[in-house]
Amino acid sequence: MIVSDIFNYHMSIDLKTIKHISKLSRISVDEKKAEKLAGDLNSIFEFIEKLNELKTDNVQPLTSVAETTLKLRDDVVKSKNLREQIIKNSPQENEDYFVVPKVIE
Amino acid sequence: MSKDKSEYLINRKDNQYEVVIGLEVHAQVTSESKLFSTSSTKFGAEPNTQVSLVDAAMPGMLPVINKYCVKQAIKTGIGLKAKINKRSVFDRKNYFYADLPQGYQISQFKDPIVGEGKVILDMPDGQKQVGIERLHLEQDAGKSIHDLDPKNTFIDLNRSGVALMEIVSKPDLRSPDEVNEYIKKLRSIMRYLGTCDGNMQEGSLRADVNVSVRKKGSKEFGTRCEIKNVNSIKFMQMAIEYEANRQVDLIEDGQTIDQETRLFDTKKNETRSMRSKEDAHDYRYFPDPDLLPLEVSDEFINQLQSEIPELPDEKKKRFIDQFKLTSYEANIMVSDIETSNYFEDVVKKSDVKLATNWIIGELFAALNEKNLEITDSPISAGNLSKLINLIKDGTISGKIAKTVFEQMMEGDKDPKKIVEEKGLKQESDPKALEALIDKVIDNNRDKTTEYKSGKVKLFGFFVGQVMKVSQGKANPKLVNEILKKKL
Amino acid sequence: MSDITKQSLSELIKNIKEKKLSSTEVTKAFVERSEKSKELNAYVTEDFSAAIDKAKKFDENPNLDLKLPGIPMAVKDLFCTKNIKTTAGSKILNNFIPTYESTVTQNIWNEGAILLGKLNCDEFAMGSSNETSFFGCVQNPIDKDLVPGGSSGGSSSAVAAQLTPITIGTDTGGSIRQPASFTGIVGLKPTYGSCSRYGIVAFASSLDQAGPMAQNVRDCALLHEVISSYDEKDSTSIDFKRNNYVKELTNNIKGKKIGIPKEYRVNGMPKEIEDLWKKGIDYVKDCGAEIIDISLPHTNYALPTYYIVAPAEASSNLARYDGVKYGFRADGENLIDMYEKTRSEGFGAEVQRRIMIGTYVLSSGYYDAYYLKAQKVRKLIKNDFDEAYKKVDAILTPSTPSSAFKIGEKTNDPVSMYLNDIFTVPVNLAGLPGISIPAGHDAKGYPLGLQIIGKAFDEQNLLNIAYAMEEKINFKNKITDWWIK
Repeated sequence: MIVSDIFNYHMSIDLKTIKHISKLSRISVDEKKAEKLAGDLNSIFEFIEKLNELKTDNVQPLTSVAETTLKLRDDVVKSKNLREQIIKNSPQENEDYFVVPKVIE
Repeated sequence: MSKDKSEYLINRKDNQYEVVIGLEVHAQVTSESKLFSTSSTKFGAEPNTQVSLVDAAMPGMLPVINKYCVKQAIKTGIGLKAKINKRSVFDRKNYFYADLPQGYQISQFKDPIVGEGKVILDMPDGQKQVGIERLHLEQDAGKSIHDLDPKNTFIDLNRSGVALMEIVSKPDLRSPDEVNEYIKKLRSIMRYLGTCDGNMQEGSLRADVNVSVRKKGSKEFGTRCEIKNVNSIKFMQMAIEYEANRQVDLIEDGQTIDQETRLFDTKKNETRSMRSKEDAHDYRYFPDPDLLPLEVSDEFINQLQSEIPELPDEKKKRFIDQFKLTSYEANIMVSDIETSNYFEDVVKKSDVKLATNWIIGELFAALNEKNLEITDSPISAGNLSKLINLIKDGTISGKIAKTVFEQMMEGDKDPKKIVEEKGLKQESDPKALEALIDKVIDNNRDKTTEYKSGKVKLFGFFVGQVMKVSQGKANPKLVNEILKKKL
Repeated sequence: MSDITKQSLSELIKNIKEKKLSSTEVTKAFVERSEKSKELNAYVTEDFSAAIDKAKKFDENPNLDLKLPGIPMAVKDLFCTKNIKTTAGSKILNNFIPTYESTVTQNIWNEGAILLGKLNCDEFAMGSSNETSFFGCVQNPIDKDLVPGGSSGGSSSAVAAQLTPITIGTDTGGSIRQPASFTGIVGLKPTYGSCSRYGIVAFASSLDQAGPMAQNVRDCALLHEVISSYDEKDSTSIDFKRNNYVKELTNNIKGKKIGIPKEYRVNGMPKEIEDLWKKGIDYVKDCGAEIIDISLPHTNYALPTYYIVAPAEASSNLARYDGVKYGFRADGENLIDMYEKTRSEGFGAEVQRRIMIGTYVLSSGYYDAYYLKAQKVRKLIKNDFDEAYKKVDAILTPSTPSSAFKIGEKTNDPVSMYLNDIFTVPVNLAGLPGISIPAGHDAKGYPLGLQIIGKAFDEQNLLNIAYAMEEKINFKNKITDWWIK
């Protein structure tokens, strides 16, 4: 039971945090799932914390390894009316629109 | 200084409050295709007919940036006298919403394409400079339609992915009037540049309005509230007025103001909290790994710089120097590019003073009445200058000119032809006028006697009668001279 | 010919070109063997009858100038295929039928190949054992109840079991090389930007790369030649001169400098892996290459870095699976309720775990400590390789720290599962090409792989070294057909 052992002494991510990030990521979690996730995440973050051994103050962050610059496309309309294709896979049928449960603003 | 006179303050018992306003204007970039996809940006299409696989966020679809949109943003930056950043980065702003298919908006967070700049406003009491914080490129979202079905919301993604420029001002604005001038000026600059059509009805220009209040003389900013997505200048002004008063009332009541996002309800004319939407807002910005940093060269920027047309501020200066317009007149003439082009076309071939008066006076009034833009004017610049020349050389009087003008408004007819066809040419032949005057005197014997016995006031009556008989065509100067002799 | 499925791609092409075999015969042979191999669970979607029809059509008017004339092949179910269900191994895309084709698969069909079906994989390519797939785990043809590796587990299993002559996988942290190593086949992860990502269901955009998997190095070179192309539809695609990798393939690697990084001698690495590595060093020496000891000092930080960068990107890339436009939708009382239920029911546990990690490291207050830090360390890792490549032409390491493990052995311990990718992850972080070739067996008779890491865009050199070593190693995969009754 490696996971729970770590969970006992490394409690940086608590249930409240799990609830918060589940809200942000729009994934519902119940108590049981939240506890399991907290355990998993804590063991994962414990090994992630290894990065703190390194001093990186003067290092430039690397966002992409692609050794090229951003290419710019000409302003030409190529995509035609794809409504049928676009809507084809949508879960709730409608000829013209995507449909979702009523949004209250 | 006259400054105090126009200062916008909110008064309560012993306190005066100043309003501090900053705007985040969302301006739709004028382009054929979207920012990261090749679908059309045309307004008013059938729902979901201008949606590419990329716009609908189909699995595995990737963004490719539109060069023209980049150019448009840089041009706008130049128009705002702003710093152009040679390296900028596209970030993802992550949040879930039904009309945001990717689950994130591609925007620019830390490194925008345009940095600090400024806009000059012409206020009644002088010029005012408003600082620009930044301008960045981002994607528009789709549209949620709530009123087609009682249980469901319908989503139209036609707008999804259209390029927007978000132009963020510094908190330099102090009144609804300044906001009005600021939006108009921004709109004017972008229309000169052709970077945004500024069409507020079609949503090409919207703004988030940040409002705070503070006691007059205070240096500290108050807590601000952001009023989201207001789409007309009138509503912006109403929203600011309501919101500023709300905040002042809270302070006067000893309460504190919560920093929050608010919505302006145009029906009730009030702002209300959108707190419900706020609780989970942590946008988790990070550089979009599907895109690389956008790098532009000096040559690229210089080329765009060379394509920048004369902008309102410079044009105004030239109009004052070259045409001796007053500041007021010049402001009106440069307010939008079409008006200034029209004006310059008219004065190419006719008198500036008359042209100015006729455009600002008659033409604008007539267009207003018909609810037309200058580009839709029934009277072309060429024909207006012909009309002005007819006045200038004495062919017709100013009064007749108004009749001719009215007819020209019905369709772009050559004023010379109207004058000829209707025989409206001014009568300046002394013999013909003498005959007319003799007839008037003959018909008004009693009045003539009265005049001669000292009732000089009746002179005006005789002029009026002559003009009436001549159907307004008699040269008024000559009529005066001859009448004096005859009486 | 009864042993069609035992032939390598190169042999099949030769036989088709010489009209000794028709595309229909070849296709039928692979279909037949695939039909008999359902127990492996390698396929998510079979398209067998259509494949045979296409093969017949090919034979009516065969274009033998193509690089893959009438060759049937199955592909990982992460590639969008027009009008063929594409699931990414997830319930959330259970019923998704793309109306478009990925660039990589399009390149393959353009060269005459025929789709057999879609191969199982870890859900959204997140996994190292194929156990996270909604469609169940895949059997390794080497032994019953042995994982085939992941995430391209259906792919590795299908090639090793000869259900397809070749295939393509995707590799974000080792998802081609590790399963190749676990099943005794060859797998190449090309340089980032070589193969277009257009139409591939995204996991972590800055790391994902498609690549070939095959029985041998030559076949791998040929498939790489087909799939590598510059694509305007992918902003990270790179426009460089691509070789005729097969034509220029040579076993002459005399004088090449091969680096041996001391940091890859990790604690607890089984002796047989250590021995295999030593044998590998001897092989390259035999080929006339020079061995040079090098240091990649930040190797130990690669895995923690990867487990920040990849989940962060994934948490955002997977936001589009919200039940609105396509795929699975759960009923909800309102929009937010619908989102939360759809994503909770539609994603499996590992995917949810990674979305949570990614959301956390990007969230307000943690960005600098985790995400930004990871990007900086990523730079240090890339610098390590840049430094090393001043001295060497390529680097030789083991592919994995162990041979294939049993199904279920590591599912309850995510960290130990993640440790599987310890040798492959640094290559993705640095955007370099890496190839895994089978090099021997452990005591249990399970295959073990060696990894060669190349300079960016230097796939030719990488393939040449692998080709030369392959000849020396003379590896024979031990497939008993245990699953065929």
